[in-house]
Amino acid sequence: MLPELGHFALILALLLAALQAFFGIGGAMLGRERWIAAVTPAVAGQFVMIATAVGCLVASFVGNDFSVLYVAENSNSALPLFYRVTALWGAHEGSLLLWILLLAAWTVAVSIGAARLPPRFAARVLGVLGVISVGFLLFTLATSNPFHRLVPAAPDGRDLNPILQDPALAVHPPILYTGYVGFAVAFAFACAAMLEGRLDQTWARWTRPWTTAAWGFLTCGIALGSFWAYYELGWGGFWFWDPVENASFMPWLVGTALIHSLAVTDKRGLFKSWTLLLAILAFSMSMLGTFLVRSGVLVSVHSFAADPARGIFILAFLVVMIGGALSLYTWRAPLLKSTAGFELGARESFLLFNNVLLVIAAATVFAGTLAPLISDALKLGTVSVGPPYFNPVFMLSMLPLLTLLSVGIHSNWKRGRLKDKQRTLLYTLVAAAVLACGVVFGIYSHGRMLTPVGATLALWIVLASLVDPIDRWRRGLSLSRAVVGMTVAHLGLALAALALTTVQSFTIEKDVALAPGASTSAGGYEFRFDGVRPLEGPNYDAVGATISVTRNGAPVTVLKPEKRHYWVQGNDKTVTNIEMHRGANILVALGDDLGAGRWSVRIQIRPLVSFIWLAALVMAIGGALAASDRRYRTARAPQAVSAGVATGDATP
Amino acid sequence: MNRFALPIALFALLVVVLAIGIKHSPDKGVIASPLIDKPAPQFSLPSLADATRTVSTTTLRGRWYLLNVWGSWCGTCREEHRMLLEVRRSGLVPLVGLDWKDDDAQARSWLAQLGDPYEVVAVDHDGRTAIDWGVYAAPESFLVNPQGIVVYKCMGELTPEVWEKEILPRLQKRQAATS
Repeated sequence: MLPELGHFALILALLLAALQAFFGIGGAMLGRERWIAAVTPAVAGQFVMIATAVGCLVASFVGNDFSVLYVAENSNSALPLFYRVTALWGAHEGSLLLWILLLAAWTVAVSIGAARLPPRFAARVLGVLGVISVGFLLFTLATSNPFHRLVPAAPDGRDLNPILQDPALAVHPPILYTGYVGFAVAFAFACAAMLEGRLDQTWARWTRPWTTAAWGFLTCGIALGSFWAYYELGWGGFWFWDPVENASFMPWLVGTALIHSLAVTDKRGLFKSWTLLLAILAFSMSMLGTFLVRSGVLVSVHSFAADPARGIFILAFLVVMIGGALSLYTWRAPLLKSTAGFELGARESFLLFNNVLLVIAAATVFAGTLAPLISDALKLGTVSVGPPYFNPVFMLSMLPLLTLLSVGIHSNWKRGRLKDKQRTLLYTLVAAAVLACGVVFGIYSHGRMLTPVGATLALWIVLASLVDPIDRWRRGLSLSRAVVGMTVAHLGLALAALALTTVQSFTIEKDVALAPGASTSAGGYEFRFDGVRPLEGPNYDAVGATISVTRNGAPVTVLKPEKRHYWVQGNDKTVTNIEMHRGANILVALGDDLGAGRWSVRIQIRPLVSFIWLAALVMAIGGALAASDRRYRTARAPQAVSAGVATGDATP
Repeated sequence: MNRFALPIALFALLVVVLAIGIKHSPDKGVIASPLIDKPAPQFSLPSLADATRTVSTTTLRGRWYLLNVWGSWCGTCREEHRMLLEVRRSGLVPLVGLDWKDDDAQARSWLAQLGDPYEVVAVDHDGRTAIDWGVYAAPESFLVNPQGIVVYKCMGELTPEVWEKEILPRLQKRQAATS
């Protein structure tokens, strides 16, 4: 009964989404107040219906209802309750349902926040979000119904894929999707602005907090995914340039560019058409990511559902949404004229470089991700593009970005008066270089050519971004949350750059075969293999090894990696054990039984690797601070931003 | 043409590439097995019908067979079963079952209830053979030729579509080669 109820609720949600789209866009176009008034109830109703559907599916999982195909395929009665709930997004159908739920949640949030916006504009924004929702609901109902019954019911389920039975993965998809879907809001604002012809900077002001919030979620989501891959896949890498990872990273890069470009449009009324394009692109990248993951076009470790019929549906949907938005852009953007100018060396020019470099970075990732597909389409044979392409190419755009950041935050709007700051910049650069070389050569003693460069750039950002806030704080001046948020996010980026530099330069990896009692040394640590013992879990059995780690004879820790065998799916899973010591991660994974008590063991020592994820968290906190700035909450913000700034063209 | 039309032109190009990608994806969408065109992994397992007899790859040599991995606990296998009975009725290729991590009594009653499409069923209690064959999840089917080479692997349910588009042409090629 429950699955049918859920299915029915989903159909009702589709109807409500269609009403929301129709009344929102149509009502604003024809100026029918009553139609516009119907939009918000439709939004609320749609959310309730989708939440009901999700609730029904969760109930089927919790109640072990194996007459539901999706439950039978992704759960098992031996699966712990927590994973029975998170198994909801363990495969395609449920992930999609989660996507839709989050879109509905964002829409509700926008409809509440939209009370401050002109009603017609708000109706258009909600209408565009309704169109997106219709697309995804249709997709779910037509090709990926999670409520499909299995007749007769299976006696027990096929279990959740063992690598997904993990706490980090339980929260990774919801947070990542919140970010992904959040860019739909910026997209809807841009489309609404173009539909209405309200192309001054007000739409940028309204969009900023939403975009920054979505970006923060996306940052956290990507970091969690990377963290999960690091300890769960058992290979010890934190980023594989896998198509699915790239699919989440491309919207992040474009979204980062969008945040900065929105600032210029909001404050100075410049880059208006470019900002519109970025707002369209950021969400297009999210949808394209969904397409790449779900269509089976690109095969990756993450692709559990690969189905051409779904691919065709998503492609058609992409054509409607992205094609529609870009057509609007082609029609409306020529109306925009920027009247204000700026000098080279002004903040605008630095943000322009920021945008160019970030978009280049996104384009290189995009090219690398699609290269296998293009080469296949042109019958050039199968190519695989991996870290040897991505790492250097990505660095090529990131190094100048990091360099320009330190200078850019000291520049002024409109005028290139950098001379006043020359001394500050020089001092901080020298201090950073001395500190970086001291740390690199003092503590680690050796390194690659780029190690001191990366460390210097990272430390320069830290010092340079702290100069102004400290100065203001000493003079007793207040700091807005937007500025604090920006500084925190930039510090997070610096931390990430520092950690990545260190990890890439000083990681030690070792694969050894060890008999019980035997030892090996790596990176100044001694590892003694004390043998294996059998273990049993709720839905698996395992062998666990004990490895004692010492440094100069003093005990550091005892690591207990496992190798699990899951009964139902018959899969093996390596469970690594990681210990933090002096900022470095010591990771031990158990490999194969080589016979006669000998096992292959993989040892990795990665200095500062945890700081990569910490850095992402810091960036997200910066985003949250900036998004909660007071100026976004004031009702009907004044249109003129500051005196003496040309506001560009008026709406036609 | 104005410069603002450039994004949509690039997007149109991308759509063409993606559309070609989808057209090709039936061969790419499934996780390609490293076993294709390689010798089938050897096994020698007890038969479900009579545990004293063994089913082994050596006795299967010299003719075509379709190895179907299944289990009575597997929901999709139940859906697939009707198709397997059709295959048996067609008489075009013998089905060899690999009963994966199953309870023997349950497996027997399953076949008694739903009909037995298999010529013979090998019992893989501990799942070792399935690991050798790189089985990801039941059901999976492998088409093996008389030389013992794996020719095709079907992940998931063996649908009439897969049968007609993938397996029949390969079997017909066989007949063309022998006649």
